[in-house]
Amino acid sequence: MKDIVTIFISAILINNLVLYYFLGICPFLGVSAKIESALGMGMAVIFVMTLANTISWLIYHLVLIKLGITFLTYIVFILSIASLVQIVEMVVKRFSPSLYKSLGIFLPLITVNCAILGSTLFMIAKDYNFIEAVVYGFSGGLGFTLIIVIMASLREDLDYADVPSIFKGAAITLITTGLFALVFMGFSGLISA
Amino acid sequence: MRVNNIKREFNKGLWEVNPLMRQLLGMCSTLAITTTVMNAIFMGLGVMFVLICSAFFVSLIRKIVPQEVRIAVYAVIIATFVTIVDIFFKAKFPLVSKALGPYVPLIIVNCIILGRCEGFSSRNSILVSVLDGLGMGLGYSWVILVLAILREILGSGKLLGISILPNSYNPLIVMVLPAGAFLILGLLLAIMNSIDIKRKG
Repeated sequence: MKDIVTIFISAILINNLVLYYFLGICPFLGVSAKIESALGMGMAVIFVMTLANTISWLIYHLVLIKLGITFLTYIVFILSIASLVQIVEMVVKRFSPSLYKSLGIFLPLITVNCAILGSTLFMIAKDYNFIEAVVYGFSGGLGFTLIIVIMASLREDLDYADVPSIFKGAAITLITTGLFALVFMGFSGLISA
Repeated sequence: MRVNNIKREFNKGLWEVNPLMRQLLGMCSTLAITTTVMNAIFMGLGVMFVLICSAFFVSLIRKIVPQEVRIAVYAVIIATFVTIVDIFFKAKFPLVSKALGPYVPLIIVNCIILGRCEGFSSRNSILVSVLDGLGMGLGYSWVILVLAILREILGSGKLLGISILPNSYNPLIVMVLPAGAFLILGLLLAIMNSIDIKRKG
């Protein structure tokens, strides 16, 4: 139980996928201009990342290891994530049109969100058991959402700031993110290694 | 095909539409592995290899892939070459492979590669696609190399593991930490913007 709490907290605050592992930076820069779209993206990521970790764990331990074909891991993982996203999209579209409206455009983008593939690879590398893997997927997604939403609110304010012309756009966003990562380093003492 | 045209396809990736600085693609690996120059060199080579090979194959099969499954097909092609790179690094350069860790398999979801496959190779001839891949690969490599040189020197006073700054230099540890990566890339982007403004003005 203690392990699970540790995984949960460290995935959100300390080893955050965006600020610590640099994963999911592309969607992070792309959709963090508005809070609404950031929240939509975040929800989609939490959903898919939890499912992806669950399914990848099962495939890895029940199929790839049993058959001794772990060298196919990457190909199998990326294919299962791609098809998972496709299925989720179809199911959501069929059963909840309103949810589809808010998540819809973000789902296809998730296939190439490195945070998803990254979290499945980390969960294998860290040799988590099934429950730990699922918790890791969920909290990883939660950490991503937290950062992207905070960042979006900062960027909405940045629009009104008087930024030197050469820093306009991506440059100032990256520097803001850097300062932000510094702040989050303060959390690293929360759990002793 | 005119020589001019070929030259343009190759050159554009270096500055004008540089995948990192202009299109902001492939950020994850860029920021993560530029702590040392050695890592950046291997990452650059790995990405370039995958870019060129997948550009070749995507262009080769561009007329026979059904529209609906094309992304999945590209992903499999890319994943295959990434697996080759990963196994090669593991066998020949175990130390580098360990340092790069999961960022080698993460080349699969490097948006530069999928972006070029989808946006360029899937509608251009093989020769042009390979040239485009080479140009984009070099464009990616020089940026991560500059970033890594700056970070390694400022962050540890070393270059390729050899101390080059006097002992009295107090390393700015923050530069090799995640925060420093964002800061340096932001500054680099601003410098590139100012060069562009000067050129035009």
